[in-house]
Amino acid sequence: MTRYRLAWWKVLTLILLYYTAIGGFLLPVPRLHILNESIRLNYFHVPMWFSMMFQFAYSVWYSIRYLRSSAIEDDDHAFVATQVGFLFGVLGLITGSLWANATWGTFWTTDPKLNNTAIGLMIYAAYFVLRGGLQDETQRARLSAVYNIFAFSIFIPLIYILPRMTDSLHPGSGDNPTFRLFDTAHNMKLVIYTSIIAFIMTGWWFKTILFRLRTLTRLHHEI
Amino acid sequence: MKYSIALITIILLACSLQAFAQDNTPVEMADTLRRDGKIYTVVAGLVVILTGFVVFLIRVDRKLHKMEEEAKQN
Repeated sequence: MTRYRLAWWKVLTLILLYYTAIGGFLLPVPRLHILNESIRLNYFHVPMWFSMMFQFAYSVWYSIRYLRSSAIEDDDHAFVATQVGFLFGVLGLITGSLWANATWGTFWTTDPKLNNTAIGLMIYAAYFVLRGGLQDETQRARLSAVYNIFAFSIFIPLIYILPRMTDSLHPGSGDNPTFRLFDTAHNMKLVIYTSIIAFIMTGWWFKTILFRLRTLTRLHHEI
Repeated sequence: MKYSIALITIILLACSLQAFAQDNTPVEMADTLRRDGKIYTVVAGLVVILTGFVVFLIRVDRKLHKMEEEAKQN
Protein backbone atom coordinates (compact mmCIF):
# COMPACT_ATOMS: atom_id res chain seq x y z
CA MET A 1 0.00 0.00 0.00
CA THR A 2 1.91 3.05 -1.25
CA ARG A 3 1.46 6.21 0.77
CA TYR A 4 -0.33 9.10 -0.85
CA ARG A 5 2.12 11.67 -2.15
CA LEU A 6 1.12 14.84 -3.97
CA ALA A 7 2.80 14.64 -7.38
CA TRP A 8 5.36 17.31 -8.26
CA TRP A 9 3.27 18.80 -11.02
CA LYS A 10 0.30 19.14 -8.66
CA VAL A 11 2.43 21.04 -6.17
CA LEU A 12 3.66 23.23 -9.01
CA THR A 13 0.07 23.82 -10.13
CA LEU A 14 -0.86 25.01 -6.65
CA ILE A 15 2.15 27.31 -6.41
CA LEU A 16 1.37 28.87 -9.79
CA LEU A 17 -2.33 29.21 -8.93
CA TYR A 18 -1.59 31.03 -5.70
CA TYR A 19 0.94 33.22 -7.45
CA THR A 20 -1.70 34.14 -10.01
CA ALA A 21 -4.35 34.89 -7.39
CA ILE A 22 -2.07 36.97 -5.17
CA GLY A 23 0.12 38.60 -7.81
CA GLY A 24 -2.87 39.21 -10.03
CA PHE A 25 -4.27 41.62 -7.46
CA LEU A 26 -1.19 43.05 -5.80
CA LEU A 27 1.22 43.56 -8.70
CA PRO A 28 0.91 46.80 -10.70
CA VAL A 29 -1.02 47.01 -13.94
CA PRO A 30 -1.22 49.67 -16.65
CA ARG A 31 -3.51 52.54 -15.80
CA LEU A 32 -5.99 52.72 -18.64
CA HIS A 33 -9.23 54.60 -19.02
CA ILE A 34 -12.46 52.59 -19.17
CA LEU A 35 -10.65 49.38 -18.11
CA ASN A 36 -9.34 50.71 -14.76
CA GLU A 37 -8.77 47.75 -12.43
CA SER A 38 -10.86 45.33 -14.49
CA ILE A 39 -7.80 44.79 -16.64
CA ARG A 40 -6.82 42.25 -13.98
CA LEU A 41 -9.59 40.01 -15.33
CA ASN A 42 -7.22 39.43 -18.22
CA TYR A 43 -5.24 37.17 -15.89
CA PHE A 44 -8.28 34.90 -15.54
CA HIS A 45 -10.45 35.29 -18.63
CA VAL A 46 -7.71 34.50 -21.18
CA PRO A 47 -6.26 31.45 -19.37
CA MET A 48 -9.76 29.91 -19.33
CA TRP A 49 -9.65 29.81 -23.13
CA PHE A 50 -6.13 28.45 -23.25
CA SER A 51 -7.13 25.66 -20.89
CA MET A 52 -10.27 24.95 -22.89
CA MET A 53 -8.35 24.74 -26.18
CA PHE A 54 -5.76 22.46 -24.62
CA GLN A 55 -8.47 20.10 -23.38
CA PHE A 56 -10.42 20.13 -26.67
CA ALA A 57 -7.26 19.48 -28.68
CA TYR A 58 -6.34 16.63 -26.35
CA SER A 59 -9.87 15.32 -26.65
CA VAL A 60 -9.96 15.30 -30.45
CA TRP A 61 -6.55 13.64 -30.50
CA TYR A 62 -7.89 10.82 -28.36
CA SER A 63 -11.08 10.62 -30.41
CA ILE A 64 -8.93 9.98 -33.46
CA ARG A 65 -6.91 7.45 -31.48
CA TYR A 66 -10.09 5.68 -30.44
CA LEU A 67 -11.25 5.34 -34.02
CA ARG A 68 -7.97 3.62 -34.81
CA SER A 69 -7.55 1.50 -31.67
CA SER A 70 -11.15 0.80 -30.55
CA ALA A 71 -9.76 0.75 -26.99
CA ILE A 72 -12.40 2.13 -24.65
CA GLU A 73 -9.73 3.95 -22.59
CA ASP A 74 -9.12 6.30 -25.50
CA ASP A 75 -12.79 7.16 -25.53
CA ASP A 76 -12.67 7.74 -21.78
CA HIS A 77 -9.78 10.16 -22.25
CA ALA A 78 -11.63 12.01 -24.97
CA PHE A 79 -14.86 12.23 -23.00
CA VAL A 80 -13.41 13.56 -19.75
CA ALA A 81 -11.19 16.02 -21.59
CA THR A 82 -14.26 17.36 -23.39
CA GLN A 83 -16.01 17.72 -20.05
CA VAL A 84 -13.17 19.77 -18.58
CA GLY A 85 -12.83 21.80 -21.76
CA PHE A 86 -16.53 22.60 -21.72
CA LEU A 87 -16.30 23.69 -18.09
CA PHE A 88 -13.47 26.09 -18.86
CA GLY A 89 -15.32 27.38 -21.90
CA VAL A 90 -18.34 28.22 -19.80
CA LEU A 91 -16.12 29.87 -17.18
CA GLY A 92 -14.51 31.89 -19.95
CA LEU A 93 -17.89 33.06 -21.18
CA ILE A 94 -18.95 34.05 -17.67
CA THR A 95 -15.74 35.94 -16.88
CA GLY A 96 -15.93 37.62 -20.27
CA SER A 97 -19.54 38.58 -19.70
CA LEU A 98 -18.72 40.16 -16.35
CA TRP A 99 -15.81 42.01 -17.91
CA ALA A 100 -18.02 43.21 -20.75
CA ASN A 101 -20.52 44.61 -18.30
CA ALA A 102 -17.75 46.50 -16.51
CA THR A 103 -16.27 48.03 -19.64
CA TRP A 104 -18.88 48.01 -22.41
CA GLY A 105 -21.95 48.41 -20.22
CA THR A 106 -23.65 45.21 -21.34
CA PHE A 107 -23.30 41.52 -20.56
CA TRP A 108 -23.38 40.51 -24.23
CA THR A 109 -23.01 42.15 -27.62
CA THR A 110 -23.59 41.01 -31.17
CA ASP A 111 -19.93 40.40 -31.69
CA PRO A 112 -18.51 37.69 -33.95
CA LYS A 113 -16.10 36.30 -31.38
CA LEU A 114 -18.70 36.20 -28.60
CA ASN A 115 -21.44 34.67 -30.73
CA ASN A 116 -19.13 32.18 -32.40
CA THR A 117 -17.76 31.02 -29.05
CA ALA A 118 -21.29 30.51 -27.75
CA ILE A 119 -22.19 28.58 -30.90
CA GLY A 120 -19.02 26.49 -30.63
CA LEU A 121 -19.77 25.60 -27.03
CA MET A 122 -23.30 24.65 -27.98
CA ILE A 123 -21.85 22.32 -30.58
CA TYR A 124 -19.86 20.68 -27.80
CA ALA A 125 -22.95 20.57 -25.60
CA ALA A 126 -24.58 18.55 -28.37
CA TYR A 127 -21.65 16.12 -28.05
CA PHE A 128 -22.81 15.33 -24.51
CA VAL A 129 -26.43 15.05 -25.64
CA LEU A 130 -25.33 12.64 -28.35
CA ARG A 131 -23.47 10.47 -25.86
CA GLY A 132 -26.44 10.46 -23.52
CA GLY A 133 -28.72 9.25 -26.26
CA LEU A 134 -26.71 6.18 -27.19
CA GLN A 135 -26.88 3.04 -25.09
CA ASP A 136 -24.40 0.67 -26.65
CA GLU A 137 -20.91 1.51 -25.42
CA THR A 138 -19.03 0.86 -28.65
CA GLN A 139 -21.56 2.69 -30.76
CA ARG A 140 -21.54 5.61 -28.36
CA ALA A 141 -17.77 5.81 -28.38
CA ARG A 142 -17.51 5.60 -32.15
CA LEU A 143 -20.23 8.09 -33.00
CA SER A 144 -19.13 10.60 -30.41
CA ALA A 145 -15.52 10.30 -31.62
CA VAL A 146 -16.61 11.19 -35.15
CA TYR A 147 -18.76 14.02 -33.85
CA ASN A 148 -15.88 15.33 -31.76
CA ILE A 149 -13.68 15.56 -34.84
CA PHE A 150 -16.33 17.56 -36.68
CA ALA A 151 -16.94 19.75 -33.65
CA PHE A 152 -13.26 20.62 -33.29
CA SER A 153 -12.85 21.18 -37.01
CA ILE A 154 -15.63 23.73 -37.05
CA PHE A 155 -14.59 25.27 -33.73
CA ILE A 156 -11.20 26.45 -34.98
CA PRO A 157 -12.44 28.65 -37.84
CA LEU A 158 -15.38 29.81 -35.75
CA ILE A 159 -13.35 31.34 -32.97
CA TYR A 160 -9.93 31.96 -34.45
CA ILE A 161 -10.33 32.76 -38.11
CA LEU A 162 -13.72 34.43 -38.58
CA PRO A 163 -13.54 36.94 -35.71
CA ARG A 164 -10.12 38.18 -36.78
CA MET A 165 -11.33 39.05 -40.23
CA THR A 166 -13.60 41.80 -38.98
CA ASP A 167 -13.36 44.73 -36.61
CA SER A 168 -14.65 44.45 -33.09
CA LEU A 169 -14.38 45.90 -29.60
CA HIS A 170 -13.10 42.57 -28.41
CA PRO A 171 -9.29 42.36 -28.57
CA GLY A 172 -7.98 40.07 -31.26
CA SER A 173 -9.88 41.39 -34.28
CA GLY A 174 -9.15 43.29 -37.43
CA ASP A 175 -6.27 40.99 -38.37
CA ASN A 176 -4.48 41.46 -35.06
CA PRO A 177 -4.30 38.48 -32.69
CA THR A 178 -2.88 40.71 -29.89
CA PHE A 179 -0.56 37.96 -28.76
CA ARG A 180 2.68 39.23 -30.17
CA LEU A 181 5.52 39.91 -27.74
CA PHE A 182 4.86 43.65 -27.54
CA ASP A 183 1.09 43.48 -27.28
CA THR A 184 1.08 42.73 -23.56
CA ALA A 185 2.27 45.40 -21.15
CA HIS A 186 5.54 44.52 -19.46
CA ASN A 187 4.16 44.53 -15.93
CA MET A 188 1.30 42.31 -17.02
CA LYS A 189 3.69 39.79 -18.49
CA LEU A 190 4.71 38.99 -14.90
CA VAL A 191 1.39 37.29 -14.25
CA ILE A 192 -0.31 36.40 -17.53
CA TYR A 193 2.12 33.73 -18.69
CA THR A 194 2.17 32.07 -15.26
CA SER A 195 -1.59 32.23 -15.11
CA ILE A 196 -2.00 30.52 -18.46
CA ILE A 197 0.29 27.69 -17.39
CA ALA A 198 -1.42 27.47 -13.97
CA PHE A 199 -4.88 27.08 -15.43
CA ILE A 200 -3.81 24.64 -18.13
CA MET A 201 -2.27 22.49 -15.40
CA THR A 202 -5.36 22.86 -13.21
CA GLY A 203 -7.52 21.72 -16.12
CA TRP A 204 -5.18 18.80 -16.60
CA TRP A 205 -5.52 17.89 -12.92
CA PHE A 206 -9.33 17.99 -13.19
CA LYS A 207 -9.11 15.78 -16.26
CA THR A 208 -6.91 13.18 -14.54
CA ILE A 209 -9.28 13.05 -11.57
CA LEU A 210 -12.32 12.55 -13.80
CA PHE A 211 -10.49 9.90 -15.80
CA ARG A 212 -9.40 7.97 -12.71
CA LEU A 213 -12.96 8.12 -11.39
CA ARG A 214 -14.33 6.85 -14.70
CA THR A 215 -11.82 3.99 -14.84
CA LEU A 216 -12.57 2.97 -11.26
CA THR A 217 -16.31 3.05 -11.94
CA ARG A 218 -15.80 0.91 -15.01
CA LEU A 219 -13.76 -1.60 -12.97
CA HIS A 220 -16.39 -1.57 -10.26
CA HIS A 221 -19.14 -2.38 -12.77
CA GLU A 222 -17.16 -5.18 -14.32
CA ILE A 223 -16.80 -6.97 -10.99
CA MET B 1 7.66 83.92 -52.98
CA LYS B 2 11.17 82.69 -52.21
CA TYR B 3 10.23 81.17 -48.88
CA SER B 4 6.75 79.97 -49.87
CA ILE B 5 7.64 76.29 -49.39
CA ALA B 6 9.06 76.96 -45.93
CA LEU B 7 5.96 79.00 -45.06
CA ILE B 8 3.56 76.26 -46.22
CA THR B 9 5.54 73.66 -44.25
CA ILE B 10 5.36 75.70 -41.06
CA ILE B 11 1.62 76.31 -41.48
CA LEU B 12 0.94 72.60 -42.07
CA LEU B 13 3.08 71.64 -39.09
CA ALA B 14 1.15 74.10 -36.94
CA CYS B 15 -2.11 72.47 -38.05
CA SER B 16 -0.89 69.16 -36.62
CA LEU B 17 -1.18 70.58 -33.09
CA GLN B 18 -4.93 69.95 -33.38
CA ALA B 19 -4.23 66.22 -33.50
CA PHE B 20 -3.24 65.86 -29.83
CA ALA B 21 -5.79 63.27 -28.68
CA GLN B 22 -4.39 61.91 -25.40
CA ASP B 23 -5.79 63.71 -22.40
CA ASN B 24 -3.95 64.10 -19.15
CA THR B 25 -6.86 63.35 -16.81
CA PRO B 26 -5.68 60.81 -14.24
CA VAL B 27 -7.01 57.27 -14.52
CA GLU B 28 -9.01 56.15 -11.52
CA MET B 29 -7.74 52.92 -10.09
CA ALA B 30 -8.27 51.22 -6.76
CA ASP B 31 -5.69 53.47 -5.11
CA THR B 32 -7.99 54.17 -2.16
CA LEU B 33 -8.31 50.46 -1.50
CA ARG B 34 -4.55 50.18 -1.60
CA ARG B 35 -3.94 53.21 0.59
CA ASP B 36 -6.31 51.90 3.24
CA GLY B 37 -4.66 48.49 3.07
CA LYS B 38 -8.02 46.97 2.11
CA ILE B 39 -6.54 45.39 -0.98
CA TYR B 40 -4.95 42.85 1.32
CA THR B 41 -8.38 41.94 2.65
CA VAL B 42 -9.51 41.32 -0.92
CA VAL B 43 -6.51 39.12 -1.58
CA ALA B 44 -6.99 37.30 1.73
CA GLY B 45 -10.60 36.53 0.85
CA LEU B 46 -9.58 35.16 -2.54
CA VAL B 47 -6.85 33.05 -0.96
CA VAL B 48 -9.41 31.59 1.46
CA ILE B 49 -11.74 30.64 -1.39
CA LEU B 50 -8.88 29.24 -3.44
CA THR B 51 -7.65 27.20 -0.48
CA GLY B 52 -11.16 25.81 -0.07
CA PHE B 53 -11.11 24.58 -3.66
CA VAL B 54 -7.60 23.19 -3.28
CA VAL B 55 -8.48 21.27 -0.13
CA PHE B 56 -11.48 19.75 -1.90
CA LEU B 57 -9.31 18.83 -4.88
CA ILE B 58 -6.66 17.16 -2.73
CA ARG B 59 -9.27 15.24 -0.75
CA VAL B 60 -10.80 13.87 -3.96
CA ASP B 61 -7.30 12.97 -5.14
CA ARG B 62 -6.59 11.06 -1.92
CA LYS B 63 -9.88 9.17 -2.07
CA LEU B 64 -9.20 8.11 -5.63
CA HIS B 65 -5.71 7.00 -4.68
CA LYS B 66 -7.16 4.89 -1.87
CA MET B 67 -9.70 3.29 -4.18
CA GLU B 68 -7.04 2.57 -6.78
CA GLU B 69 -4.86 0.88 -4.17
CA GLU B 70 -7.79 -1.28 -3.08
CA ALA B 71 -8.59 -2.17 -6.68
CA LYS B 72 -4.97 -3.17 -7.25
CA GLN B 73 -5.02 -5.47 -4.26
CA ASN B 74 -8.15 -7.29 -5.43
